[in-house]
Amino acid sequence: MRSIKDIQVGDCLPERRHAPTNVSLFLYNAAIWNAHRIHYDAGYTTEVEKHPAIVVDGPLQGDWLTQAVINWLGDDGDLIEFEYSNRRASYLGETLISGGRIEAVRPADLEAEISVFVKSEAGEIMTPGRATIRSRR
Amino acid sequence: MGLIPDKARGMIGASDPPMRVEVSRREIIKYSIATEQRLKKFLDGDEAPPMFLFGALRPLVPVNELGPDGIATTSLLPDLPLKRVMAGGTKTRYFCRIKPGDVLVAVRTLSDIYEKRGSKGDLIFLVYTIDVRTETGERVAEEVQTRIVR
Repeated sequence: MRSIKDIQVGDCLPERRHAPTNVSLFLYNAAIWNAHRIHYDAGYTTEVEKHPAIVVDGPLQGDWLTQAVINWLGDDGDLIEFEYSNRRASYLGETLISGGRIEAVRPADLEAEISVFVKSEAGEIMTPGRATIRSRR
Repeated sequence: MGLIPDKARGMIGASDPPMRVEVSRREIIKYSIATEQRLKKFLDGDEAPPMFLFGALRPLVPVNELGPDGIATTSLLPDLPLKRVMAGGTKTRYFCRIKPGDVLVAVRTLSDIYEKRGSKGDLIFLVYTIDVRTETGERVAEEVQTRIVR
């Protein structure tokens, strides 16, 4: 079991590659009950809203950021605070990469601060975020 | 820029009626599959992933109340001169884990509207605060959601 003493500033969370498809975006938008056409209607998306392609949901990228933290943390603690900002739109066909880095550790509070990101394959940050976790010991 | 009409500014502080949500295992599993969760507790529906709330608290409106873009024309979406809406991000504090069978009560408030000039044009930011509690009033989560209108 990981304790707060095992967490060091500068430690990196495992990176994960995400390649959303029409099917995975359909399932996501069905699951969250979102009918916004920029996530499934290519003609509308490009002709009316002037995006170059179907838009990958911003909150889906937020979910990937929580997964980067939770999959690393497991049952050794809790995600207690989380924020992210969709800085750049991402589009169907792009492969995106999620990950993070420990920025601060507060052993007395059993807490750590983590910067998280979704970036493009070229390394451009699309969705930065920040998470606070509280370890169980 | 002065893009935001007075009527829209006047909506700041307005809240929707409390929304009561019964959390089901099946809905958790659907969400977990769709987001490609890896932890068994999520895939089995024993616990909801943190961002499950984002979908669970979306308003359910009839098809004829969806706009031409597919977005629900809810009472807290003001009429603005810009029309294209995108997610902007969230900030959430979690107070407890969400399990199947939980009954949540959420109140959504339009807490701010502001505008900025971005590199590709003018942007309006709608900020919503969502207070999520159990039926007995215990805090579950507090979330600030931002939507960008361009």
